[in-house]
Amino acid sequence: MNRALTLIRRRLIGGIFVLLIVVIGTFLLLEAAPGDAVDAYIASTGGDAGMIELLRHNWGLDQSALTRLANYLWALLHLDLGQSLAFSRPIREVILERLPNTLLLMGSATALSFGLGSALGIYAGARPGSFRDRFLSIGSLALYAVPGFWFGLVLIIVFAVDLRWFPIGGIESIASGKAGLDRAVDIARHLILPVSALGFIYLALYLRMMRAGMAEAWRQDFVLAARARGLSRRRIVLAHVARNALLPLVTMLGLQSAQMLGGSVVIESVFSVPGLGRLAQEAVAARDTPLLLGIILVSAVLVILINLLVDIAYAVLDPRVGASEAGA
Amino acid sequence: MSEFTISRRTVLAGSAFLLASTALPTIGLAQTPRKGGRLVVAADSEPRNLNPAIVASNGVFFISSKVVETLAEASFDGKDGLDPRLALSWEGAADGLSVTFKLRDGVKWHDGKPFTSADVAFSALQIWKPLQNLGRTVFKDLEAVDTPDELTAVFKFAKPTPFQLIRNALPALSSVVPKHIYETGKIEENPATNAPIGTGPFKFAEHKPGEYYRLEKNADYWVKDEPYLDEIIYQVLPDRTSAASALEAEEIQLAAFSAVPLADLDRISKLPGLKVITKGYEGLTYQLVVEINHRRKELADLKVRQAIAHAIDKDFVVKTVFLGYATTATGPVPKNDPQFYTADVPTYAFDVAKANALLDEAGYSKGDDGKRFSLKLLPAPYFNETKQFGDYLRQALAAIGIDAQLINNDSAAHIKAVYTDHAFDLAVGPPVFRGDPAISTTILVQSGIPDGVPFSNQGGYKSDELDALIAKASETLDTAARTELYKAFQKKVAEDLPLINVAEWSFISVVRDTVGNIANNPRWAVSNWADTYLAG
Repeated sequence: MNRALTLIRRRLIGGIFVLLIVVIGTFLLLEAAPGDAVDAYIASTGGDAGMIELLRHNWGLDQSALTRLANYLWALLHLDLGQSLAFSRPIREVILERLPNTLLLMGSATALSFGLGSALGIYAGARPGSFRDRFLSIGSLALYAVPGFWFGLVLIIVFAVDLRWFPIGGIESIASGKAGLDRAVDIARHLILPVSALGFIYLALYLRMMRAGMAEAWRQDFVLAARARGLSRRRIVLAHVARNALLPLVTMLGLQSAQMLGGSVVIESVFSVPGLGRLAQEAVAARDTPLLLGIILVSAVLVILINLLVDIAYAVLDPRVGASEAGA
Repeated sequence: MSEFTISRRTVLAGSAFLLASTALPTIGLAQTPRKGGRLVVAADSEPRNLNPAIVASNGVFFISSKVVETLAEASFDGKDGLDPRLALSWEGAADGLSVTFKLRDGVKWHDGKPFTSADVAFSALQIWKPLQNLGRTVFKDLEAVDTPDELTAVFKFAKPTPFQLIRNALPALSSVVPKHIYETGKIEENPATNAPIGTGPFKFAEHKPGEYYRLEKNADYWVKDEPYLDEIIYQVLPDRTSAASALEAEEIQLAAFSAVPLADLDRISKLPGLKVITKGYEGLTYQLVVEINHRRKELADLKVRQAIAHAIDKDFVVKTVFLGYATTATGPVPKNDPQFYTADVPTYAFDVAKANALLDEAGYSKGDDGKRFSLKLLPAPYFNETKQFGDYLRQALAAIGIDAQLINNDSAAHIKAVYTDHAFDLAVGPPVFRGDPAISTTILVQSGIPDGVPFSNQGGYKSDELDALIAKASETLDTAARTELYKAFQKKVAEDLPLINVAEWSFISVVRDTVGNIANNPRWAVSNWADTYLAG
């Protein structure tokens, strides 16, 4: 356990530096983008010079970039994410309202792609080179090559518009007054299409990785030994080959979490899911620097946490990992 | 714009029904009004501020016009194109220094307090004049609002102000909000800014960010038996294709403001139960305009501007970019405006040879590569059509030897580049005509506007003659004389081409045929929907 604690401590210290770099980098990027929050706002309202000046003053945009960055970091030090310019509400509130939806979407999609992907990967990798292996590999790669928004639209047209099995979008039925289990079922029904759209695309990664790992493991001596011991094929596939191919998938899971967040921007828009990805897109369009910084910070913390969990899982699964780090 | 509806039902019912339906004042009269029901409408954005007294824009009105009412609403057949709402009558003094409004009796705010002239005085002096995007211009000389009794409000102006302008401004600029709610604290930060309280047929119930807005029936509405609907839901659908899918899946019943892209209309109109309607937007006309930076030496030459005007095939633009859902423009006032429009202006027929000749005459002959000079062209990103017209314009200019480089920006970057930095040669813009040229049209060509003001003359154009015309019209009280001045204004703009007006368009609604009493006024999508109903 000591080993894991050391690991956590190291990762957290590193994480703080990562966060600082992310915040300053994002701030500078948005600063470099032409137009500010007031420009974005008056695009839909118009207004005269006096009104524009007043808005810039009220929104604190008449201060220098350095002052605003310093103010932001100072507030952040007190765990204050500030006020959103586009929504004129506290950012903490805006983000907390959307975060659960994104986590639900990402979590379910990750579970789907990891679970189904590795299961199919075992099925394909049990007989590398067979017809089913080729079929699954090509099929999943084809899915992976499909743009997310297009796949989402196809799902909507087929399952929501034509068959009407699922709603076309949203996170739950509007003002339905549902509660408890009814509400959970309602949310699940709304999530099926977006989770499929997001999950099926990344399925290929896990499938291919599992399959490749297994193909490799089949050639190892311990498999030969297991065969020589007369173990059943099923046991060799599951306990020896698949298990050894599983570790890289766990690494992938950590790396994927960041990609999923990116992919959810598109899927959340297509399926009108009120999540963090869509919020980020709106924040960029509105040049709402503090809101975007808040979203990116929360996302970065999420990614760091997930990777930490992955590292711990890794250390548990494979005693060799982290031994050198902990010993140093 | 003529009424234009397509649905399988009307097609099947044959021409007799079509003839009958165009003669009727409203659409969907097949059913009798029914009480109750939830109308679900597509919304593509969530405005930062829902107070229509501060932000007079269609995005805000779409939701808040059901909650907060104006003094008068636009009308197809009312006197001067108006129907009374919170005001019963309006009278301008001969000296242009005052306007007297008689207000409706027995109107209550949603919190039960009575509506009085004090609310009108407060809204006008504390909000429209100092804070409203459009009111800051129109009500700039408003000095005081006298309230001799609870139902009379007398607007007093420091300088003579044309009554015609005030009248024309009423539908968009006169949202009345309650004094007792707004008088404490900063108006912009009042909680009612995002949960409006008004006198309208619907009360603001809730906003779930990213999901929906919900309005519910005001049982104490001043029109007996209205509204018909129990609830209106604005479902936020950010993706451009969602509205059409949601209509098809019967999850929503109405997509206004062209939420269904033009390219989908043909297919949608053939589906049973759905109608495509172009009526109900006559008072919300958008103009497709080529904005010109006169600081560029070539573009400061009238011959070059004329050549560009001749190079644009307006009919092609209407047919191809707008798929027929638009009209060609002749000048800065749209053809469908009943008060000011004149066709008596110089026109520029599509004529590439003439355009080339004009450019040769101006001294910009073609180089060895067939190019005369190159330009930066910035199409506004707010509409698909402005972007597509940018693509078209580039080709049209290539045909006369002008090499245009397209620069596509998002909204914030476009506003900054064109209106603050002036980093453009040509830009494509969609200004709005708001019923009177003095509200938001003359500033497109007037000189002396500070940098950074959007949708104004930022092209460095200056004409003493036009400036004088605009100034004269702003103080001319006689309606006929004022109208004549704006006709002269249109002529001068078409002659001198400070900008080039290409087309005029408005929006399209796609609606289930169970929705009744729609499109029955020229600003229907942003009116109060008190009489809209859902047939069973």
